[in-house]
Amino acid sequence: MNAPQAQKKDEVSVVLCGEAGQGIQTVEQILARCLKLSGFHVFASKEYMSRVRGGSNSTEIRISSKRVSAFLDRMDLLIPFHKGALKHVEKRISADTIVLGDRDIIPKDSRMPVNKYIDIPFSKIASDIGGRIYVNIIAAGVVLGTVGVEQRLLTNFIREFFSKKSEDVIEKNIEAIKKGYEIGTQILNSGKIEFAMCSSPKVKEENLLNGAEAVGLGALAGGCEFLSSYPMSPSTGVMVFLSQQMQDFDVVVEQAEDEISAINMAIGASYGGARSMVTTSGGGFALMIEGVSLAGMLETPVVIHIGQRPGPATGLPTRTEQADLELALYSGHGEFPRIVFAPGNLKDAFSLTQKAFNLADKYQIPVFVLTDQYLIDSLMNLPLLDIPDTRYESHVVRTHKGYKRYELTEVGISPRGIPGFGEGLVGVDSDEHDEEAHITEDLVLRKKMVDKRLKKLDSIKKEIVPPELIGASNYKVLITGWGSTYNVVREALQELGREDISFLHFKQVYPLYEGTRDYLQKAHRNIIIENNATSQFGKLIKLYTGMDIEARILKYNGLAFSVEEVAAEIKKILGKEKI
Amino acid sequence: MESQIFEMSDIDIAWCPGCGNFSILKVLKLALSELDIKPEKLVLVSGIGQAAKIPHYFRTNFFNGLHGRAIPPATAIKVVNPDLTVIAESGDGDMYGEGGNHLINAIRRNPDITNIVHNNMVYGLTKGQASPTSQIGFKTPVQVKGVFLEPFNPLALAVALDASFVARAFSDDIEQTKEILKEAISHRGFALVDIFQPCVSFNKVNTHKWFKENTYYLDNSHDPHDRGNAFQKAIEREKLPLGIFYRNDKKSTFEENVGVYRQNKEPLALRKIERKNKLSDLIKSKR
Repeated sequence: MNAPQAQKKDEVSVVLCGEAGQGIQTVEQILARCLKLSGFHVFASKEYMSRVRGGSNSTEIRISSKRVSAFLDRMDLLIPFHKGALKHVEKRISADTIVLGDRDIIPKDSRMPVNKYIDIPFSKIASDIGGRIYVNIIAAGVVLGTVGVEQRLLTNFIREFFSKKSEDVIEKNIEAIKKGYEIGTQILNSGKIEFAMCSSPKVKEENLLNGAEAVGLGALAGGCEFLSSYPMSPSTGVMVFLSQQMQDFDVVVEQAEDEISAINMAIGASYGGARSMVTTSGGGFALMIEGVSLAGMLETPVVIHIGQRPGPATGLPTRTEQADLELALYSGHGEFPRIVFAPGNLKDAFSLTQKAFNLADKYQIPVFVLTDQYLIDSLMNLPLLDIPDTRYESHVVRTHKGYKRYELTEVGISPRGIPGFGEGLVGVDSDEHDEEAHITEDLVLRKKMVDKRLKKLDSIKKEIVPPELIGASNYKVLITGWGSTYNVVREALQELGREDISFLHFKQVYPLYEGTRDYLQKAHRNIIIENNATSQFGKLIKLYTGMDIEARILKYNGLAFSVEEVAAEIKKILGKEKI
Repeated sequence: MESQIFEMSDIDIAWCPGCGNFSILKVLKLALSELDIKPEKLVLVSGIGQAAKIPHYFRTNFFNGLHGRAIPPATAIKVVNPDLTVIAESGDGDMYGEGGNHLINAIRRNPDITNIVHNNMVYGLTKGQASPTSQIGFKTPVQVKGVFLEPFNPLALAVALDASFVARAFSDDIEQTKEILKEAISHRGFALVDIFQPCVSFNKVNTHKWFKENTYYLDNSHDPHDRGNAFQKAIEREKLPLGIFYRNDKKSTFEENVGVYRQNKEPLALRKIERKNKLSDLIKSKR
């Protein structure tokens, strides 16, 4: 192995890879928080197996002088924690990747293309401190040292991070991080690695959030008072987040016995007058589908967060995909209106979840927020979330004597009363019903009720969140995407540096923005990018615009797109033809 | 208060003449009016089936939801507004078959709701198939050789889970059923009331006469706080006991446990939400 060469970078991608249980997640948290507190831009993304111990999991942490928010294949530093690590990330190791780690973790057969390697006896140092368990903290220290984080921050940070642990454990972790930091500083001073990242005091003031927290904060901003769900990766983070806020925000969070109960509880809570939501993933959502139809029939608001993961069935429980768009779109028997949002980034996740509550309430319909494992687990700094007017729009009315829950109105929206608020009586019925919610087989009335429910779509369409065009408006090539691919496509386009390519990102996928066709028609070449196998959004676009986007960049191996991959795929498509 | 307050004018009832549901409808109105519970403060939650149509013959608030799913919304309605009296009511197929998991977990959760189950040991609305409580040997167009599944025993299940109130009634006995319902509705915590109800169209075995002959009332010697004894009574098969089998008045309710009412007694659903400052602090803390 050659001695590492000096290289200067204003951005570095660090990958830590180890078995489940080796504390990779802890390192991710420590590094992201500590680096961000030091004023560096950070982005962390993880891929992990559905197991509690063993296997191979990895976390990428990008550290930069400028904002970073997407997954890269590139690895500048790789810290392997176990023997299988190099094999696990083999395809991403380049001639420039520097491997830091125990000598015996590098496989003896040199077929592994490790060019640059710095021996750090993590295990021995950890044993001297008190056990192998400290390897991860030493590694965190090494990274912080090589980046040049101020040493004085470490002790307090570790103290705070492990505040619930015993003094002995805290002391040993401090010793571990300091030891690692020393090594990192030595490497930095030796010139084997040279980073030139600048920190900025502004970053310190920003938020550091993952997708689950962004959805959870959006729910609080939207007035969420009730969440019932059944744990399911990767959506559970939202339930965990809201559980932690239960006391401060007066939210009821209940772990239901199953997803069927979860959505029926949420609808009940909503009927009772509390803003409510569920959080789930594909398989769990499949169990909720009769409930979606119930919300449609009862005209009772409910927000449904689906953190997508690959299916069918159990699929790849801890991995990512955008393959439940059609499930959300067509879920629930019968015909009734709905709205489907697909946040592109954490800011969207916050603001669209809030909006979901307001629109669910306004139109008395189910509103979906579609994320995925990649977005949910992405951790990054972003400008402090702006709290819009949290005097949330309430659409509940005080009832009067003779109140009719399903009064036929011109716009299809009947004033919504709740039981125990006013002098009226509030009934809701899953059967076709009359204006007072009583069961009916009056078929003339049936038609009126269907029309009334669907009529709401007219108003809903007037406030569709338009897609965001990134790049020049006189584009020749238009890349269309939705949901969590926002940042990765953006960065890929920056990398390509072609002014004739723009990116049209949809945050609301249904109802589809009415000007979609105009955007597509303007392009000489249309390309669609989706984290699924059948271009589900492409099919939706075709349905509503008649336009077939034949050039597709699709990925469905369970992993998110990387910046390099998107750039290469676009080049590959465009390389074949003249625009 | 007169039970007239719950009457609806001009309704077309879908039950067969002689159906036990009529008595249950009448008794429930009587019990509620004697307890002075006003229609505006009551919510009837039901699923699907003949019994589940009860809210349509009742002047009050109601949530007629999905088959088997009356308990989850009832639980949620109560927790967001504890000022309301919430009754989840449906048939044996709905509560014990389709919704069995919700019953089990509602007992564990212990919301202060009353769960009334019309138990006629047969499926009525789908025309005569076996229900979870159908007796062994009961023949139907589907169970052609007779039911061979062990009948579901809701009372034994509830006592085994230390449910806070467990009772069984018989629809023909207006007075006794009314008293049981009054106790159940007044009880703080989850109250299961299984009501035997003859199905005149699809159950020719468990008739008015059969129930009369095969049931008896628990007398004063039965201590409803004695769980072991309650379980014994619940598994009796020769003659089926009626009355209050078991009660545990010491259990805290779901509403008390969730935390939103520890300091503020105002129903969650009626509170004005003011979060701006708290949310701003929370966002700032995530740095």
